[in-house]
Amino acid sequence: MDDVTDKESLEKIQNYFRKSREKKTSSFLKRILGNNNLGDIIFERLTLLFAVLVFLLVIFMAWEMYSNSLLSMKKFGWGFLTGTTWDPYSQVFNALPMIFGTMVSSFLAMLIAIPLGLSVAVFLSELAPPWLEKPLSFLTELLAGIPSVIYGLWGIFVLVPWLREVVEPFLQNQFPNSPFFQGAPYGYGMLAAGVILSIMVLPIISSISRDVLKSVPNNQREAAYALGATKWEVTKIVLGNSRSGLLGAIILGFGRAVGETMAVTMVIGNRPEISASILNPAYTIASTLANEFNEATSNLYLNSLIELALILFVITIIINIFAHLLVWGVERRWK
Amino acid sequence: MNKNNKFTFYRRKTTNVVMLSLSFISAVVTIIPLIMIFYYTISKGMSYLNLNFFTKLPTPVGTPGGGMVNAIFGTLILIGIGGGIGIPVGIMAGTYLSEFGKNKFGSTVRFLTDVLSGIPSIVVGVVAYTLVVIPMKHFSALAGGVALAILMIPTITRTTEEMIKLVPHSYREAGLALGIPKWKTSILIVLKTAWKGIATGVLLGLARAAGETAPLLFTALGNRFWSTNVFQPIASLTVYIYEYSAAPYKDWNDQAWTAALVLILLISLLSLIFRIITRSKYKS
Repeated sequence: MDDVTDKESLEKIQNYFRKSREKKTSSFLKRILGNNNLGDIIFERLTLLFAVLVFLLVIFMAWEMYSNSLLSMKKFGWGFLTGTTWDPYSQVFNALPMIFGTMVSSFLAMLIAIPLGLSVAVFLSELAPPWLEKPLSFLTELLAGIPSVIYGLWGIFVLVPWLREVVEPFLQNQFPNSPFFQGAPYGYGMLAAGVILSIMVLPIISSISRDVLKSVPNNQREAAYALGATKWEVTKIVLGNSRSGLLGAIILGFGRAVGETMAVTMVIGNRPEISASILNPAYTIASTLANEFNEATSNLYLNSLIELALILFVITIIINIFAHLLVWGVERRWK
Repeated sequence: MNKNNKFTFYRRKTTNVVMLSLSFISAVVTIIPLIMIFYYTISKGMSYLNLNFFTKLPTPVGTPGGGMVNAIFGTLILIGIGGGIGIPVGIMAGTYLSEFGKNKFGSTVRFLTDVLSGIPSIVVGVVAYTLVVIPMKHFSALAGGVALAILMIPTITRTTEEMIKLVPHSYREAGLALGIPKWKTSILIVLKTAWKGIATGVLLGLARAAGETAPLLFTALGNRFWSTNVFQPIASLTVYIYEYSAAPYKDWNDQAWTAALVLILLISLLSLIFRIITRSKYKS
């Protein structure tokens, strides 16, 4: 409180002196600058310049990708989004298999990561004693710091063999008629991508959800305890109160899964086909870019790849804006 | 307590215990992949971890020995270029946001840095390709550095802003009361007080950049030879891990694990510095 009033009174005093000074001197320079110290102006303008740079960067990125994908936009139009052929040999490029692969692998990841991530967040914010919470939070954040390519390396040599020899035969035996588990169990494929993505987005979901849960005021919990609620019932109330923030955390995790490149590229099998079976190889937008960008032999091929990047850019921006609005909403609510 | 009430009571108790145990179990399950990844990286990476790895160039398939000295230096050069561009931009923009950013433009920039940090790194790589590689007509370390700089900027900007906000307002008032102009107060008092926090943001950004692969694939490309020329393609640890892991040769696969181990050590070293710096002051 003190800070605010101090700041306000300081500003009032500064304004008073500024005005009286302006009345005395009619110097043209001082009047435009509104301040009598040249250093202040330079400092403000200089930092402003860099802030503008950051501002322009995002817009510039969109423009750069748009202007470099005109060729494929002209050739394929909206069909780029709905066609199912990706064939560099006959120069036909349509993005649907990649959009499908991106979305399905991310949804699979969320199927595993949402329940796990939320329970970890509950454990960290509601249950764990401080001596356990700190190292556990540190470990989950460590998980977020491992480079994507190392996840991929682990995926190739540990996860994929395990899926091929244990999990996939098991799934096929249990559900022999399910359309989701058809085809040869390669190990490489949509399932591997989903599992590795779930491990990668888990720390994001759990750490943001933990912060959201912690921002719920304690008197909410105390009120519920006073009514005789058990710990789980209290937790349910806390979860209910912060559901939009938790949704934000989930969507941020989804956004990360959609753009994740290396680990997915290394385990998804890289085949531009749409198939119901999650055991089959698939392709994502990001892994197409990682695999084929250096091989793009024609301008049309390169333009199509850049248009793919633009699609990924737009998808992630929409997801992020949505998630931030939700998380901010919660933080504001408790302030 | 009648029978019905007793039943409800025990049901609630049981649900409580079951749900809380489930949440504990999921916390344990989350840690398992972490332990596995560390276990495999260390046990498999040790086989090639010797002096050669840090001093020799890669050898052709089947030839024993060889190392990745070019990739280790390449990674350092790449994060050096990225930091050289990204650190000043990030710190200046962060300073603007905290000192003058209480307006519409400030909150727009804040919002855009959040958006920028959510953009996939491969998209940033594509932009660096169109921006640097196409005009120069060949791959270069510079293009990779530009991509890494764009990835660092949001982290550094936001940390700088947050850290400057932690400086008590009275410090600023003390400076102004002595008649020091605002810009000198900002630089000599506020930024000087907050520099440790800002340094952590910078190190965090550098550590993250060191682990990036996707934006380097078609900007810095990779190089099997020793190169320090920023206008030529350059090797990096991450791209080596990617290429060596997909190769059908066992000794390359083993070297990929060693490269992963070295990369983790490099990142840990950066975060260790980060922890030492933070311990001495900002504890809250």
